[in-house]
Amino acid sequence: MKMLSCLLIGLIFGLGIVTGGMANPAKVVNFFDIAGTWDPSLAFVMGGALAVTALGYRFVLRREGPVFGGGFALPTRKDIDVRLLGGSVVFGIGWGIAGFCPGGALPTLGTGRLEVFVFVAAMIAGILLVRVAGRGR
Amino acid sequence: METTFTPFQSLLGGCLIGLAAVMLMALHGRVAGATGILSGLLWPADGTGRAWRGAVVTGMILAPALYAVLTGAMPVVTVTAPSMAVLAFGGVLVGIGVALANGCTSGHGVCGMARLSVRSIVATLTFMVATGVTVYVLRHVLTGGAA
Repeated sequence: MKMLSCLLIGLIFGLGIVTGGMANPAKVVNFFDIAGTWDPSLAFVMGGALAVTALGYRFVLRREGPVFGGGFALPTRKDIDVRLLGGSVVFGIGWGIAGFCPGGALPTLGTGRLEVFVFVAAMIAGILLVRVAGRGR
Repeated sequence: METTFTPFQSLLGGCLIGLAAVMLMALHGRVAGATGILSGLLWPADGTGRAWRGAVVTGMILAPALYAVLTGAMPVVTVTAPSMAVLAFGGVLVGIGVALANGCTSGHGVCGMARLSVRSIVATLTFMVATGVTVYVLRHVLTGGAA
């Protein structure tokens, strides 16, 4: 039941990604191309996702804990460091170049398009690079 | 290249993403961040972390098929990168960036912002601006507006 619910959650998330247009780099890049072929659609994806999550979290986080137990695993850090800022800049540059973000790319693997597999493999290599570099410190 | 403005469809997609995020928190107490879920799946910090993340990612990957069943067509994927090498370069940057920032559009942009986390708000504003500047440079500076 627990695993089935996770599968369903992934399915709903992925359906939201492909329905909203996040699986389509042309649409994603156009959202940022205000000076060119601007397509504001993605503001509606972000707006809808944020509104539902903010409202839902208000009710959910008031409860004792999650239905399947284990407590709420919420990030607690509040510090703004160079890692957060620098990482976000690098992510943004990559997002602008490729047109895929992680949440946009993972469901799009299901279309079977070779480009998405190349992107995801490269992205995993990037994550691994940071993990390996961090271990060496 | 022009794409069609789809406010209602995109709003529906966003609400589904939000629904998934709320369900994951309500049922399992976890943040619906693609970066965290993928990293935890590949390199689980604890012994139990792999199965549920695997189930979530499997569900994600099945989504285009469900979309095709519901609408009668696979989702449109128009890749803008001029070559596989450029796409892969962008992918490496995305990977490095989200690993350093501990989150991406879903983790920081949706779940973190929904909780009014200062780190997530700062991260989201930063990567949105960086993406916008990158797209501007790629489309209007380097190519002289030709793309």
